[in-house]
Amino acid sequence: MHGVISAEEAVAHVRSGDTVMVGGFGLVGAPLTLLDALVEHSDATDLTIVSNNIGEPGRGLGKLLRQGRIRRGISSYFTSNPEAVAAVNEGRIEATLVPQGTFAEAIRAGGAGIGGFYTPVGAGTLLAEGKEERVIRGVPHILEEPIRADVSLVYAARADELGNLWYRRTARNFNPLMASAARVTIAEAGEVVPVGALEPESVVTPHLYVDHLVERV
Amino acid sequence: MNEDIRLRIAERAARELHAGEVVNLGIGIPNLIPGMLEEDTEVYLHTENGLLGVGPRPLAGEFDPDLIDAAKQPVTALAGASYFDSATSFAMIRGGHLDVAVLGALEVSAAGDIANWAVPGKDVLGVGGAMDLVVGARRVIVTMTATSSRGEPKVVAECTYPLTAAGVVDVIVTELSVFRRIDGQLHLTELLDGATLDDVAAVTTAPYLVSLEESHAR
Repeated sequence: MHGVISAEEAVAHVRSGDTVMVGGFGLVGAPLTLLDALVEHSDATDLTIVSNNIGEPGRGLGKLLRQGRIRRGISSYFTSNPEAVAAVNEGRIEATLVPQGTFAEAIRAGGAGIGGFYTPVGAGTLLAEGKEERVIRGVPHILEEPIRADVSLVYAARADELGNLWYRRTARNFNPLMASAARVTIAEAGEVVPVGALEPESVVTPHLYVDHLVERV
Repeated sequence: MNEDIRLRIAERAARELHAGEVVNLGIGIPNLIPGMLEEDTEVYLHTENGLLGVGPRPLAGEFDPDLIDAAKQPVTALAGASYFDSATSFAMIRGGHLDVAVLGALEVSAAGDIANWAVPGKDVLGVGGAMDLVVGARRVIVTMTATSSRGEPKVVAECTYPLTAAGVVDVIVTELSVFRRIDGQLHLTELLDGATLDDVAAVTTAPYLVSLEESHAR
């Protein structure tokens, strides 16, 4: 962990063409300070965004979408942002739709060094097209590959100065998974506390996953 | 859709739930079920965005921005609740640890196939947790009206819309009747609110057996 930096410094890690994971279920648990910095202080474009939703109109990732800097989205639910749906339909962004549990597990696998997994979810549906199918104990499964990113942007309610993260309520969602699955993980924290102030048992993301901390504005 | 019909479907579906079960409720009619449960039917509500022990909607002014359900609506958490990440949440679902998923559908077939996420010719850009839930939950209960807004049957011989999953539905509750899939065959087990066998037959294209039970009649 390299310490607490500004949001502007943090988003300099995002380069054009990168795959960027963004935590949150809708806007709950989304790293909104980092996203605003990405919108205002970065020119990185041609991005592949891995996030459960592509924000909301003009909010969160929805701002980046309006700037035309997203080339592709990997998501379980584009529909929550009608502007993302329009962008897909007009061919401005490419969409990869993944069932939500498969999405979460693929990111977990990406962070855990797993080369893929077979799941019964999606077998025999439109979302199985092009995927290897295999019958395991009589049940059709499809092969899903892991998802990794160049940079992960996550949100935690509290971090200590080492980068240990504690999440609050349903703002946890995809954040701990994404923190594990990128070359560079940047955590936005609602509050940064001294080392020792978090109960070790309450740490959900141990600090080895986190490269930089940014305080929420 | 007529609110009275929605409430009646939810009220009947609520009686399918048993004390102690872990239940995930989809958007729409299933979300009306918590208000319909009898007092001694204590179920544990799971929401796939990472909470077991979902409580009632918060009072005005007591909304916690970090506490929502999968419909992105504010909720509360009950004593005994737990929070977890999305991979753990879906491991619970896929791993068969959820007793029941209740959700809506566009079509259900006689074989228990369900279509509830995509309409041909429209955007196919949102699936959420629907596929995981119907594959993973031990019992899948569909709550829906017997016909679409265009009057087309929804309990059908074969689904025409893109499938969510094949062979997974156990119970269908509409405003007219209850169907159960038993040993691979669809059975009409109950008529609701004065509906007749002819009423059901008129709006059902799926083949089914008539096996009316008295036990659920009130």
